[in-house]
Amino acid sequence: MLALYLRDLRLGIRAGGGALTGIVFFLTLVAIVPFAVGPDLNLLARIGPAILWIGALLASLLGLDRLFQADREDGSLDILLMSSDRHLLALTVLVKCLAHWTASVLPLVAASPLLGLFMNVEPAGLGAAALTLLAGTPAITFIGAAGAAVAVALPRGGLMISILVLPLCIPVLIFGVSATYGAVADPDPFLQPFLVLCALTLFMAVVGPVAAALALRNAE
Amino acid sequence: MRLIAEALSGERHAETLFEGVSLVLDAGGALVVTGPNGAGKTTLLRILAGLLPAAGGRVSFEEGGEDFPTVAAASHWLGTGNAMKSALSLAENLDFWRAFLGNPLRGVEEALDAVGLGGLGHLPFAILSTGQKRRAAIARLLVSYRPLWLLDEPTSGLDTASETRLAELMAAHRASGGMIVAATHLPLGLDGAQELRMWA
Repeated sequence: MLALYLRDLRLGIRAGGGALTGIVFFLTLVAIVPFAVGPDLNLLARIGPAILWIGALLASLLGLDRLFQADREDGSLDILLMSSDRHLLALTVLVKCLAHWTASVLPLVAASPLLGLFMNVEPAGLGAAALTLLAGTPAITFIGAAGAAVAVALPRGGLMISILVLPLCIPVLIFGVSATYGAVADPDPFLQPFLVLCALTLFMAVVGPVAAALALRNAE
Repeated sequence: MRLIAEALSGERHAETLFEGVSLVLDAGGALVVTGPNGAGKTTLLRILAGLLPAAGGRVSFEEGGEDFPTVAAASHWLGTGNAMKSALSLAENLDFWRAFLGNPLRGVEEALDAVGLGGLGHLPFAILSTGQKRRAAIARLLVSYRPLWLLDEPTSGLDTASETRLAELMAAHRASGGMIVAATHLPLGLDGAQELRMWA
């Protein structure tokens, strides 16, 4: 299993530069918002955390279509499926998700405080945004894995995955953003929405891979 | 160890390709599946491997012990794809499969030597020729032990010398009690193999 994690991590870093694509997309999205809403610093600071979350959400969906498709094209997926007596298929999917998250989404989390500066988010908000993204984005990857597995046989599944996955990501977005606001605006709580966010991630870590494994089994 | 298939029928896109295929393969046995394009050779192999559901009939693997309870667990699959990543080197690819598949058999260098790619392990998989890629995929069969090899057109892209080498590897595998099911158009040099002819 560690071998699979390392292989996918290596592929994610070496091939195609998935991490860089995501960061550039994230950067573009955050950079054009001030042009669209105008240079009102108070307004930017107020919507900043939400924009960061939307940007990270969309950017992390970018490379998802390749999660299983690349393995399907070169025949690796058949062998991963056949190994399900040795390695529980859901666990294989979980490991692939973690590798994808480390290679493609973790850099987004790391870049988020810097991009938050563009939006005039105060320091506490920057920290909170990074922390909530760290806790919440794995859930998006796990949900996305189920979408990627459903769309694995489709030639251009990228858009399909986004349509399937985005509605399911709404709770993650809601609690992620409200926790970030909780850290900035005084009466709002931080801990409660943050804990719900962590719970969502843990829940999706189980449901997502199991659903993805089921979809992959019946993909033919 | 024994591979048994009873009255298998297979369909692809709701069209029946074959019906009533039964076979028994004992340790050391080999089966060559021949037939024209579209006859269902690959479909039969995929059903045996458990990658496709059979439309009817049953496949089982007996006396495999704890390690090989099902056909899928007991099989190496060599399909049309080589199951190697272009961005990784040959040795990295094989190292991964050796660790992931378990039951390690030969070392990576030794397996590469056996398919005539000795000393090329550091090369990225992407720059190899078609035949070399196929040989690398065959090396995967050697790095980890599986009693049953399911081979779909194993010789595609191979030159004559490599075909001979593959025949020797298959003979050695059978001599040690392994089994082989191969779908092919060309003679593979499998002595005393059963033949299953499929019709389109």
